[in-house]
Amino acid sequence: MKVSYQWLNEYLPLAKNGIKPAALAEKLARTSVDINEVSSPKDGLKKVVVGLVKECVPHPNSDHLHVCQVQVSDDETVQIVCGAPNVAAGEKVIVALHGARIGNNVKIKRSKMRGEESNGMLCALQELGVSTSVTPKSDDEGIWILPDDAKVGEPVWPYVGMDDTIIDTDVTPNRGDMLSIYGNVNDLSAIYDLKKNFRQHALASEDGGPASDKVKISVADDKIAPVYKMRVIENVKVADSPLWLKVKLMNSGVRPINNVVDITNYILLKYGQPLHSFDYDKLPSHDINVRHAHEGEKLTTLDDEERVLKANDIVIAAGDTAVALAGTMGGKSTMVDNNTKTVALEAAIFDPVMVRKQARRLDLHSESSMRFERGINPETVETALNEAAYWLTQLANGTVDQGIVVGNQSDYPAKTIQMSTAKVNDTLGTDLSLADLLDIFRRLDFATEKIDDDQFKVVVPARRWDISIPADLNEEIARLYGYDKIPSTLPVMTRTLGGLTDRQRRLRASRHVLEGLGLDQAISYSLTTVAKAKQFMVEPQDVEPMVLSYPMSSDHVATRMNIVSGLLNDIAYNHARNVDNVALYEQGRVFIPAGGERPREEEHVAGAVTGSLYADNWHMKGDQIDFFQLKGIVEQYLKNFAVNGKVEFVADSSRPEMHPGRTANILLDNQQVGFIGEVHPQTAKEYKIPETYVFELNLEALLKADRRDKHYEAISKYPSITRDIALLVDSSVTNADVVNAINEKGGAFLTDVHLFDVYEGSHLPKGKKSLAYTLTYRDQNDTLKEETVNKAFAKVEAHLTDALGAEIR
Amino acid sequence: MGIREKLEELRDQGLADIQKTADLDSINKIRVRLLGKKGPITNVLRGMKDLSAEERPQVGKFANQIKQDLQAKLDEKKSQIEDDLLQAKLQSEKIDVTLPGTSVAQGQPHVIQQVIDQVVDIFTDMGYQVAVGDEVEEEEYNFEKLNLPKDHPARDMQDTFYVTPSILMRTQTSPMQARMLEKHDFSKGPLKMISPGKVYRRDTDDATHSHQFHQIEGMVVGKHITMADLKGTLELVAQKLFGDQLQVRLRPSYFPFTEPSVEADITCFNCMGKGCPICKGTGWIEVLGAGMTHPNVLKMSGVDPNVYGGFAFGLGPDRFAMLKYGVEDIRDFYLNDVRFLNQFDQKG
Ligand SMILES: [Zn+2]
Repeated sequence: MKVSYQWLNEYLPLAKNGIKPAALAEKLARTSVDINEVSSPKDGLKKVVVGLVKECVPHPNSDHLHVCQVQVSDDETVQIVCGAPNVAAGEKVIVALHGARIGNNVKIKRSKMRGEESNGMLCALQELGVSTSVTPKSDDEGIWILPDDAKVGEPVWPYVGMDDTIIDTDVTPNRGDMLSIYGNVNDLSAIYDLKKNFRQHALASEDGGPASDKVKISVADDKIAPVYKMRVIENVKVADSPLWLKVKLMNSGVRPINNVVDITNYILLKYGQPLHSFDYDKLPSHDINVRHAHEGEKLTTLDDEERVLKANDIVIAAGDTAVALAGTMGGKSTMVDNNTKTVALEAAIFDPVMVRKQARRLDLHSESSMRFERGINPETVETALNEAAYWLTQLANGTVDQGIVVGNQSDYPAKTIQMSTAKVNDTLGTDLSLADLLDIFRRLDFATEKIDDDQFKVVVPARRWDISIPADLNEEIARLYGYDKIPSTLPVMTRTLGGLTDRQRRLRASRHVLEGLGLDQAISYSLTTVAKAKQFMVEPQDVEPMVLSYPMSSDHVATRMNIVSGLLNDIAYNHARNVDNVALYEQGRVFIPAGGERPREEEHVAGAVTGSLYADNWHMKGDQIDFFQLKGIVEQYLKNFAVNGKVEFVADSSRPEMHPGRTANILLDNQQVGFIGEVHPQTAKEYKIPETYVFELNLEALLKADRRDKHYEAISKYPSITRDIALLVDSSVTNADVVNAINEKGGAFLTDVHLFDVYEGSHLPKGKKSLAYTLTYRDQNDTLKEETVNKAFAKVEAHLTDALGAEIR
Repeated sequence: MGIREKLEELRDQGLADIQKTADLDSINKIRVRLLGKKGPITNVLRGMKDLSAEERPQVGKFANQIKQDLQAKLDEKKSQIEDDLLQAKLQSEKIDVTLPGTSVAQGQPHVIQQVIDQVVDIFTDMGYQVAVGDEVEEEEYNFEKLNLPKDHPARDMQDTFYVTPSILMRTQTSPMQARMLEKHDFSKGPLKMISPGKVYRRDTDDATHSHQFHQIEGMVVGKHITMADLKGTLELVAQKLFGDQLQVRLRPSYFPFTEPSVEADITCFNCMGKGCPICKGTGWIEVLGAGMTHPNVLKMSGVDPNVYGGFAFGLGPDRFAMLKYGVEDIRDFYLNDVRFLNQFDQKG
């Protein structure tokens, strides 16, 4: 809310006590509500004074300009050329002198306009930087005319309220009371312990006939409008508002329209009570019905929009014709205009939720709806209505009909909350006495009653509808006592065993493994397209991902079932920016629908590498990533995971997004836990990425798996013996086949099988390849004899020939 | 010429030859020539049989002496030549030590991960446990049990990705507060937890908004937990993360699951409170929201608010990282440009 410092000062002696706007704003921020901005309309402006137009003649060389002689001080009159149609001799005007700075940082300089000297500029408010969204319509039509008593030569600011300072507060949903000058005065009075003098204007006389003869009101449901009241004011003369009222509205960010509308807005700002004025004579019926809208009912609102309503909306109807969206916006057909004679003035409390839903659905957030949503002070509904009627008699010459027509009036009993001094201190960590607490509530104007040395009662006034339990009062105590004065301690308590769980520790450590191996950690979007969500699943299955009801963008509609697709998006992003060596991994959640309401969330890790892991160097060429480099990384990662089971890489050609000849499923004890391989060139093309290798592992399976025991094995004191063997086998025979065969018949002393050469090419028969291994034998307890090794080795040779048809070379 | 003279001559000649030699090969040849079985010294000694019995041992001794002298000279010369050769070799092996080192592959943790790990470490050191929840939550836990009933205005503060009316993408990691409160056995002591993770809001992505970001929520519930404890805890965290001299100040705020609720500001680490563009001239930076756990939250999770109380706080690692490193666009965190990722070394 834009809070005027000057307005506050009418009710609170802030300036008198040396409390300046900036300090006030700081205090509010520390005690009450957040502050967006503190500013004065005159900030940055200079040399703008009151002038008197002594003479005004048409410009000899123009059909619309005037040449004016303007007195700008007791002894100085200057010539100014002015194009405004409303400039005339005898007017007090706003003069930007030579050297002045006006709105939008414009500097005014002496100049010649079509041959006539001009020593400044006569201004409208908008030229002084006042937003056109708040300047009155009259300001659009010419220069601003100042009141007759404005003193020539004086700075113009006080005459247009521009010397005020505006504190723009950001009110949290719980502090609806701070959306009024009344609420701000109450809070500031408590904060500074200043006596407030909130001037209210009682309605002195009701000179019209009984209002109840004019309107009948029925409220269909207490819930829609717990309070609904109306007054009728006749003989109203719609006109411009006086300057003081216009200034208050403009400084509060509200545009002056006419006296009737301005008065309702003034009351809204002063009390936080939205009012609505109907043109009584335009109402199609004087039976007012507050009800839910009929489904499909139409209403054209003040902003000229035709609204199609829903049954949840709430309306004010005259007879059965909707004439206003309750609490949100009036209808066009019954709006007050220059010819309005009789005003039906509504003051009500509407259901916050209904108003909120309606305003949201129609995207119609008004000063009124904002206040209804956050709550209305039931204590001042009638006060506000009466004061508005008072101002209509004063400023619009109205005659107030007798009595208030009450459509509904619910009870708002005062809330009494019992408090304990000890409990307060035990919650806040303070050492306040009962007297201290009672004094805080005295400042807040909350009645209290002492029960004993510890207990007391607090009566919460209706204007603080946010308060209902002791914790709420704790907040009042804390903020008024001062958060700065609350000490800083650490919880004193029995030792707790915290720390990471085994799972959390392993996940963290495993991330560092991949970083050590050269992969950067990425965090991609978990929400993606349906198509991408379904790709690259560790266990491919025909399942649809979970989708959002109302996604915000077509790129993010479904929860991912894999991490790889996000990494490929990242690679595409890098590739589009000519970054071609990208090695990323990501650890995070995937969401696998599993029949329940919520998907099963699995922790996965995935990697994607394109280009080379090592940048080209002046003396070493970076190798392009290939299957085996990435497999090495995965193997190292798995080794660090220390799972006990048997890990296998099994060729897989069934994954549509993967290269059919360069992809392997990763099995742990025959259970599928991941995959690795080259992204299918077609898929790569769709992602707009170059050749890329990826892997993804389901960490849930790895975390659950038995872990290798960490036990130490003595290093054998005895020497080992090695034998090399080279085989010629069919191309279809895999390394795994050979290693398995060797291990099968390797004997007790075979400790290692190491592949050191693979050859396939022109020197070999077609369909054959050569593999060469070093076999290492060792006895843990004795020196191995050559002949023992020879025997074991011969068995291996024989088995390879028998089982795989290998030719030993 | 006597034997002695002959030997002396051989010695002088030999020493002179050795002196002239410049390579190992010649040294070897000289050794063989002078000291070999068929060499001149052996030859001379054959004439010893003509000497008297007294002279023979003396001459023999003298001959040995000469052999040793020559051998010593040969060794000396050899080692000198080897030394020269080594020096020459080393000279030829000289490299330009200013050439760049060979690149090795080394990845980085994501900057947001770094912030999360740092915060997690601070709290686990203080005996907090880490509760990681699901990202797809029940509306009951995301809102209802956090004192945000349906139609509560605060729900508008967070636009939510719903999946069904009762299932949503969590908008905060706070649901773990309720889940942990329900699980915790308070007879075994207080609950001290933090809950880091991804959260989602129905926002249009721009420089300051992201539909996906991170949150770390913390909560302590036990007997006699005070607002002063909250303040002290936040101060400790701020100082560990941003520096010792930083102050924390609390301002009133509003969260449905805490009462009182506060916003915590820390001294601007850029200007140390003097005022600068980062802190918009205020000298303070808003870093987290906190408060005393609302009695309704405790009640709804079956914890008696008359016996137990506590505090909760929540902070945004994305915002922390943006502040700490001056990152201007939140989307940079999720696009994973490696040139961006690689700027954040692990010292953080
Ligand atoms: Zn700063």
